[in-house]
Amino acid sequence: MSDLMDIFVRSALIDNMVFAYFLGMCSYLAVSKNVKTALGLGIAVCFVLAVTVPVNYLLDKYFLQAGALAWISPELSGLNLSFLSLILLIAVIAGIVQLLEMVIEKFTPALYQALGIFLPLIAVNCAILGGSLFMQERHFPTVAHSFSYALGSGIGWLLAIVAFAAIRERLRYSDIPKGLQGNGIAYIITGLLGLGFMAFLGF
Amino acid sequence: MKKYLGPLSKENPILVQVLGVCSALAVTAQLKPAVVMALSVTVVCAFSNLIISLLRNTIPPRIRIIVQLLVVSSLVIAVDQFLQAYVFEISRMLSVFVGLIITNCIIMGRLEAFALSHPPVPSFIDGLMNGLGYGLVLVVVGTIRELLGAGTLWGCQVVPQAFYEAGYMNNGLMILPPMALIIVGTIIWIQNTKRNKAK
Repeated sequence: MSDLMDIFVRSALIDNMVFAYFLGMCSYLAVSKNVKTALGLGIAVCFVLAVTVPVNYLLDKYFLQAGALAWISPELSGLNLSFLSLILLIAVIAGIVQLLEMVIEKFTPALYQALGIFLPLIAVNCAILGGSLFMQERHFPTVAHSFSYALGSGIGWLLAIVAFAAIRERLRYSDIPKGLQGNGIAYIITGLLGLGFMAFLGF
Repeated sequence: MKKYLGPLSKENPILVQVLGVCSALAVTAQLKPAVVMALSVTVVCAFSNLIISLLRNTIPPRIRIIVQLLVVSSLVIAVDQFLQAYVFEISRMLSVFVGLIITNCIIMGRLEAFALSHPPVPSFIDGLMNGLGYGLVLVVVGTIRELLGAGTLWGCQVVPQAFYEAGYMNNGLMILPPMALIIVGTIIWIQNTKRNKAK
């Protein structure tokens, strides 16, 4: 149990997707104009991560790894399908996102309106695919570990985008040099936030 | 010709359109992986643009995202296998970021905005130019970070030993992830100032 908690805290704060790996930066920069939409997207990313990573974990464990097909019949144990992993992971993600999009459109039209174009873009959000790829690289022992990792990463991403959106809302009243307005200052703020988050590394 | 050169400076995908930052910054702590990454993205971007443009009249609009993803991920698998076979060490360094080319917003963005509505040859050039524009930023950021952070370029010592003896120190902060963002922010600042003057 404690190692699940460990993975959760580590992936949320120390290995934060935005600040340590720059994952999901496109939508992070584009959808952070106000806190409410940022929160919506953050929750969506969290949810999609928590669903796709465990599914991809099972896919990886029982189909893709070297010798993973041994459970079907011993003759297949020599196969290694890991070169197919990129295409299969992204296919699973795209499918699940499509499903989620339809569910949100049906049950919460307001959120659907707010997220607009960015919902389909979650499929091509690097944070989602990045979550699955890092999961593959870290070789978690069980599905529960991968779920805890996914949830932690999602919460970390949510924290990052909401904090950033809140700062951006205040930024409207500040006096920024002309050339730096807009994207320039957005990058620099993210960098500074990242430096702040590095405190969790414990230097 | 002029409109194809846009992505290199005036419409640079990273600096102006804020696309594709995702995988761009994590690989720029050193120059070598940055260059390899830049080339990989250029190849994938150019060929996916070409393929989608050839297929553009046969893809049903509703499922176009999935089709695009499949085309891009097949190309990325090819690039990934190539890197693993020929430059294994760098492919280790890039780790998951080669896979993340699939979700690079520049590629999807160009497919949506250009390849779906233009014939193959212009699409190919457009993809090539956007890939190069992206690569340009990567190389600049990689150069700054490696030079100031480790005193080396392309793995070779550049800052002379005499400097270190005189008290010069590498800036360890440059190697850390947040600095990549701050450098890109500064490059955007310079770019914007230049553009405002030109107006």
